[in-house]
Amino acid sequence: MSDWIDIAPLENVPQRGARMIKTAFGCVAVFRTAEDEVFALDNACPHKAGPLAEGIVHGKSVTCPLHNWVISLETGETQGADEGRVATYPARIENGRILLDRVFLKARVAA
Amino acid sequence: MTQKLIVIGAGMATGRMLEALIDAKVDYDITLINGEARGNYNRIMLSPVLSGDKTYTEIVTHDDEWYKLYKIETRFGCFVQNIDRENRTVTLTDEEVLPYDKLVFGTGSNPFMIPLPGHDLEGVIAYRDLEDTQRMMDLGPDHKCVVIGGGLLGLEAAAGMAARGVAVTVVHIMGHLMERQLDEAAGYLLRKALVDKGITVKCTANSKEILGENGRVKALLLDDGTELPCDLLVMAVGIRPNVKLAQDAGLAVGKGIHVDDQMVTSDADVLAVGECVEHDGAIFGLVAPLYDQAKVAAQTLMGEHAQFVQKELSTKLKVTGCDLFSAGDFADGDGREDIVFRDPARGVYRRLVIENNVMIGAVMYGDTTDSNWFFSLIRDKTDISNMRDTLIFGPAYQGGTPLDPLAAVAALPRDAEICGCNGICKGQIEDAIAAGASDLGAVRSTTKASGSCGTCTGLVEQVLAVTLGDEFVVPAAAAICACTDMTHEDVRRMIKSQRLMSMPAVWQECGWKTSCGCHVCRPALNFYLLADWPLEYQDDPQSRFINERKHANIQKDGTFSVVPRMWGGITTPDELRAIADAADKYRVPTVKVTGGQRIDLLGVKGEDLPDIWADLNAAGMVSGHAYSKGLRTVKTCVGTDHCRFGTQDSTGLGIKLEKELWGSWTPHKLKLGLSGCPRNCAEATCKDIGVVCVDSGYQVSIGGAAGMDVRETELMVQVATEEEAIDVIKAVTQLYRENAKYLDRIYKWMGKVGLDWIKERVETEGPALVERFELSQSIYRKDPWADHVQTKADRYQPLANLSLEAAE
Repeated sequence: MSDWIDIAPLENVPQRGARMIKTAFGCVAVFRTAEDEVFALDNACPHKAGPLAEGIVHGKSVTCPLHNWVISLETGETQGADEGRVATYPARIENGRILLDRVFLKARVAA
Repeated sequence: MTQKLIVIGAGMATGRMLEALIDAKVDYDITLINGEARGNYNRIMLSPVLSGDKTYTEIVTHDDEWYKLYKIETRFGCFVQNIDRENRTVTLTDEEVLPYDKLVFGTGSNPFMIPLPGHDLEGVIAYRDLEDTQRMMDLGPDHKCVVIGGGLLGLEAAAGMAARGVAVTVVHIMGHLMERQLDEAAGYLLRKALVDKGITVKCTANSKEILGENGRVKALLLDDGTELPCDLLVMAVGIRPNVKLAQDAGLAVGKGIHVDDQMVTSDADVLAVGECVEHDGAIFGLVAPLYDQAKVAAQTLMGEHAQFVQKELSTKLKVTGCDLFSAGDFADGDGREDIVFRDPARGVYRRLVIENNVMIGAVMYGDTTDSNWFFSLIRDKTDISNMRDTLIFGPAYQGGTPLDPLAAVAALPRDAEICGCNGICKGQIEDAIAAGASDLGAVRSTTKASGSCGTCTGLVEQVLAVTLGDEFVVPAAAAICACTDMTHEDVRRMIKSQRLMSMPAVWQECGWKTSCGCHVCRPALNFYLLADWPLEYQDDPQSRFINERKHANIQKDGTFSVVPRMWGGITTPDELRAIADAADKYRVPTVKVTGGQRIDLLGVKGEDLPDIWADLNAAGMVSGHAYSKGLRTVKTCVGTDHCRFGTQDSTGLGIKLEKELWGSWTPHKLKLGLSGCPRNCAEATCKDIGVVCVDSGYQVSIGGAAGMDVRETELMVQVATEEEAIDVIKAVTQLYRENAKYLDRIYKWMGKVGLDWIKERVETEGPALVERFELSQSIYRKDPWADHVQTKADRYQPLANLSLEAAE
């Protein structure tokens, strides 16, 4: 069963932008698209662990700031010729606030 | 019995009608009455008479001999007193009574005089007839004239008088010249050309009062209090159909004399043609429809059926050196698309307006050779979908298979000009290829084709492809990224020409294929927009690479480097102490001296950035922009302060330059070097812009590089003073900002446009470039660190810290 944690107001993350969340098991990046969708992914590119929260967000993708790998926010998969995948976590907006599923913490423990 | 025809008014329309009647050898006794004491002349050629390009006798269309030859009775210098339609007679002011069977009105129009206070002063005239023209011609050099009205007629009057050495000021109420025929862009080019002719142009200017002295005009007073002294004031603000006589005769009159499709008025025996008529709600001021009317009226008089149909109109301005054409409707609107071509170096502007695959309007400036072809496309409502890609280049490019540009180039004759900047024709390029030039670079270096503004690069490549066949592969025009098919150059042109001031506007107007761009195009667009519209466009941090978003340089482990600015490489013990304290406080793992004469603190955590900046700010230091596509450093040597060889104060100038230029965004990073003597200790000649001081002044050179490519700078100019050096550097920086492709260093840009082109622009447009640079700097010359510490420090912290959440 889902157990949603209230993270922050949506406006604290800029449109076409991201912010990072610290957890006991590493950092998670929370993305907000131009259409106000939110996504949560591990904050590490599969290539050289670049901080994805610092990348440029376009459409439903983010480009890693270190070497321009492009990663789908929906699937966590790298786009184009590069191969790799980033873990994704359930995220949603309710009453203008960003919620993440507590289960993701457990998932990270298991990982 | 031969019928009697009376024509009132010897204008262009009636002149043409008489010719048509004479040609058809009609059986009419014709009497021509004219208020001016002369016959028909080509009124639209008054402007060339005014400017001295033609004489009056050259523009007479029908002289006394002609009237005599064709037995046309004339009553010149005569006015009609009244018309008796019942008895069909015309009475002249000298009481002569002339009977008619058919009567034609060609009473033309009256210039509209704005009823400003003082409009009846001596020296206030219209621009309508030979008398007005003579008044203007009589005004010798060293006189001043004000023209009210920046339309076709007003500008022709202004240019004509300016050509005669009169100091002319044009006062126009609208925001740009000829607003009914031109869009803003073409209006701007026209204004520039007129200003070059020495004419002062004041747009958005409201006239308030005409000031006089002893009954003579002395000056024009504007709303804002400006007084424009003048010896002659010409009002050219429009015309009104002259309907008084027709009205008195009881004919149906609205704005003009009502006529039907046969040019017949409300009286079946009375016709009207020219500027005095109103047909289907429209009145007419240009010559083409007048001639059509004349033809129809002649046929009606001969008992033939003819019909006057209103057509699209085109306009050309008869001012030497201002090549201008406008036709149809060119206002923006839903469902309308524009195709725009600009060549700033040649001052060429073309804009075609398309709706449902049909051209509905065109504005051209600078090169109007193909205007007739474009006009026919508008008039005939030709479906242009098949030639859309090459349409704007004109008919020469429509040969062969419509979408194959190679066929179009192959069809060009040898004397077709390819490179407008350097005047290189196709034949010269073919000859160069025959002599061994086998790629773009070789053609460019041997012929100079495409070596200046670079707009014709694609054409030159096509000539290569056509000439060499399979041996040459045309490099695909490099689109910015997969979001668009357009090149950087295309997009920059669109941003400027279409006045696109936001990213969504660019995506929309340039047909972006993605919803909001990507990491490649967005930073480029962000730069282009802020460089072209510093006041209108708001910088978008989300379209910037992380370094420019967070004003620090990201390192491979996700930490950042922090480099405070050291103006001209000069620091103080206090600054050094503050840097040392910050390094301790934030546990900076590496402190390094950079090649740009400052200190780099490497390995700062993202969360600590606002704090370390606040500490450095407190010690008087600001961002060094060591992370930006913008001004980095101005490296200096110690110059005359300490060095026994120094010729100038290179350190001082370096500091001044850095304080002027810092904060500016450029297409790529911009590094300067300033050496106090030709020993060049500051390595100025491998910087983007280098200054080497010599005894007699400052040698400013550009286009150096010491990265992936190593290049020596090339001398742009030598100036005598620090102020000149600073201005020249600002001007070239602004030129680079406005024209270069994003991520091209100066040397790459220079490789495309050529040093000569840069020199010429800096020389001819220096002050304007400096002014635009300063305008931009009024927004961007500030410390982003201090700004972020104050306004968005929280953005540098984690959104949330869940480290303590239990992971059950």
